[in-house]
Amino acid sequence: MSTPILEMKGITKEFPGVKALNNVSFRVATGEIHCLVGENGAGKSTLMKVLSGVYPYGTYQGDILLDGTVQRFRGIRDSERAGIAIIYQELALVPELSVYENIFLGNEIRNGPVIDWNETIKRASDVLGRVRLNVNPETKVKELGVGKQQLVEIARALSRDVRLLILDEPTAALNEDDSANLLELLRGLRSQGVTCILISHKLREVIAIADRVTVLRDGQTICTLDAHRGEVSEPVLIKHMVGREIDNIYPPRARQESGAVTLEVRDWSAYSPALGRQILRDVNLKVRRGEIVGIAGLMGSGRTELALSLFGNPLHYRISGEMWFKGQRRTFRAPEEAIRAGVAYVTEDRKGNGLILIQDIKQNITLANLRAIARRGVVDANAEVRVATDYKTSLNIKTPSVEQRVSNLSGGNQQKVCLGKWLFVKPDLLILDEPTRGIDVGAKYEIYTLMNQLVEQGMSIVMISSELPEVLGMSDRVYVMASGRIAGELPIAEATPEAVMALATN
Amino acid sequence: MLTENVQTKKSASFAQSLQKVLRENIRDYGMFIALFVIMLIFAFTTGGVFLSSRNLSNLLNQTGYIAVLAIGMTLVIVIRHIDLSVGFLAGFMGAVAAIALVQWGLPTIVVVPMVLLLGLLAGLITAFPVAQLGIPSFVASLAGWLIYRGLLQLVTEGTGTIIIPNQSFNAIGNGFIPDLPGLTWLFPGMHKLTLLLGILAVVLFVLNEINARRRKLAYGFEVLPMEIFLLKLGFIALLVGGITWVLAGYNGLSWTVVIVLTVLGIYHFVTAQTVLGRHIYAVGGNPEAAELSGISVKRIVFIVFGSMGMLSALSGILFASRLQSATTTAGTLFELDAIAAAYVGGVSAAGGVGRVTGSLIGALVMTSLTSGMNLMGVGIAYQYIVRGIVLAAAVIFDVSTRRAAR
Repeated sequence: MSTPILEMKGITKEFPGVKALNNVSFRVATGEIHCLVGENGAGKSTLMKVLSGVYPYGTYQGDILLDGTVQRFRGIRDSERAGIAIIYQELALVPELSVYENIFLGNEIRNGPVIDWNETIKRASDVLGRVRLNVNPETKVKELGVGKQQLVEIARALSRDVRLLILDEPTAALNEDDSANLLELLRGLRSQGVTCILISHKLREVIAIADRVTVLRDGQTICTLDAHRGEVSEPVLIKHMVGREIDNIYPPRARQESGAVTLEVRDWSAYSPALGRQILRDVNLKVRRGEIVGIAGLMGSGRTELALSLFGNPLHYRISGEMWFKGQRRTFRAPEEAIRAGVAYVTEDRKGNGLILIQDIKQNITLANLRAIARRGVVDANAEVRVATDYKTSLNIKTPSVEQRVSNLSGGNQQKVCLGKWLFVKPDLLILDEPTRGIDVGAKYEIYTLMNQLVEQGMSIVMISSELPEVLGMSDRVYVMASGRIAGELPIAEATPEAVMALATN
Repeated sequence: MLTENVQTKKSASFAQSLQKVLRENIRDYGMFIALFVIMLIFAFTTGGVFLSSRNLSNLLNQTGYIAVLAIGMTLVIVIRHIDLSVGFLAGFMGAVAAIALVQWGLPTIVVVPMVLLLGLLAGLITAFPVAQLGIPSFVASLAGWLIYRGLLQLVTEGTGTIIIPNQSFNAIGNGFIPDLPGLTWLFPGMHKLTLLLGILAVVLFVLNEINARRRKLAYGFEVLPMEIFLLKLGFIALLVGGITWVLAGYNGLSWTVVIVLTVLGIYHFVTAQTVLGRHIYAVGGNPEAAELSGISVKRIVFIVFGSMGMLSALSGILFASRLQSATTTAGTLFELDAIAAAYVGGVSAAGGVGRVTGSLIGALVMTSLTSGMNLMGVGIAYQYIVRGIVLAAAVIFDVSTRRAAR
């Protein structure tokens, strides 16, 4: 085999408390399409950030070799100059600028100090032809659909003489036609000598296009498979992706006879005007009293959107379908109404939209149900302290006082404050979105134990999680989502990692 | 030997704890200290004139119409917005009041609530595009700035300055509370009711503080060390007592001061103790989290801008009454004075942080600078520059102490 275009040797990248990459090796041959697969959190994106210089030389261990020479990128500009371009899931275009301005943004064609717009437009047209995008270069980017915007990004990369093109989940937001079109384009680029690394959760896509596939799991390289030798198939990929034993870190719970239906959703579809696309399609699901229902699925499969659409629809989706809650047909026009009815939603993004970081623990815990400790609109400060102290004790929040600012707490304790806040509204249905993301094992165990106690008291829990072991370890039933649909429902006995992954990558 | 040891240790700990308390609460006490320093400097440079009864009384009355705006602006900035329309809205509302009094012949008792309601309505109109359509408040209120300026000119066009001959209305900005009848033998030449109210305020404050401290101790919370607590009580009692004494030596408490203190009391209570206040600070701290906690961010925007409109009307009333007339340029730059006062008083542009008491102190700082420099005969050009420097310094101080606290 000739010298690979890219070789990453023994890459280790640590964040405080976490080893995101552990001695990863990764070789990409010139002119191939190389797919990188793995579960959420396996280290794919981190590896690509190391490669593109987002994490500069010196912040990781190991070597990056391009054409056999060691590279020391100090930033994205260095890696771009070396011919590497990375296209993220969230597109990095300026919506208000035209297509040609975007293509040459930061790489303007100059004539002395001024930009040569004629030459810019001409070259932009050439490169748009290479990606087979038939639009007027003077169109504003915001007027294009997501699929076309992605092509503009690729054109932008090509305009810089890219040799190694990295695409991170390029088809996650695309419909089937656009996806097929994109894959066809990648084949075309391969024939023009552009090497491509594709990160994807959609295994069928991977099988359709890959020359070789590298599987990452828990920050380590598991294997590299060669499609031309028939080594790549869906079961094989799934086996390597999830191939770990589920650690026994889940507290036992007596599974009960399931009770009355707390929540039922029928033919629930949602369209997001902000994103301009359908985000949920014909979702049907039921949640019973005393039950933990897991919702598995990959990122972008519509799980959080489903939760928000049920929780008063704060992002103003256009929704069709029926929702029945505690035996009554309901529509919640705002989170306020959902909360009053007995629904609580613990967000996946506790710093972004869960907590008020500049306020203290007691203020955060009581926020969603202040009226319970107020008389004629005046907050009873003593009752507030009492309530907060109760949750501090029962949830074991580690802090000297409930007057501590939430921003000073660790991730696990912040999550407990979030939980306390939502338990204080005394919900019948608790929706947990990534309840253990970014928190340590001890706090995880405490949260699992708490979930068991809550369902034993008759609460219903919906748990959205990207951690498959957690879903399988805690749920009574599992729904798997893919592309805004319920791809399947599995009783816990039948929910194996392979079965879930097969549905999620459908 | 032993006792001496204890003694030195105790005095050291007093100095240490004083230092500690000051360091931890520098943001809260900083502007009080700044105000104190500024007043001290002017007391020297003006040979004591600045602290005279007459000047202090004037100073407080001049602060009135900016102070009420600054109190309202505090909440607007807390929820991450701005309202530029308040200055000319105040001017326009003042003119409306003048017209209602002079041309329509309505009594003060009718005019004041009517104008306050109109102000409330104006605030809600500003809130509409902000809350419902997501228009930046800077733009929405800039449109209001232009419109109210135009309206003010329109209604005063025919008449020019409208002189208000109504005594009860003019008392709002110029009058003083009546004194207790009789008792001439007691503190001759002093305003007895003012003294009485001052003493009452000090007593209530001290009792309240002692009560709060006892409650906190019952919960096992940390409280100030006893010596510092007494120092704080003494300092504030002295301050309030001192101001009362000085005011009582002139005409006593003015109606303006009574109105401002009432507004301050209401807003302080609402922001610190009520569900509504909590919701306002939650929206400022993290609007997404607030919305997901069942708080209607739109409703809060309407309430805060509505209150701002009403306070603008109050400001307009205070100003028209003080000048005993409505002029074609009333309200010019009030909005910027109010915004500056709020920032000097420790409101954060990042949202969720700021107290109405701070903004009142901020307003006092800014008016003190003007008044003091006027007494010193400093040119108006230099006055602007000095006030600009003080504003910048206050904000830099605020940001850097906040960073240190983090």
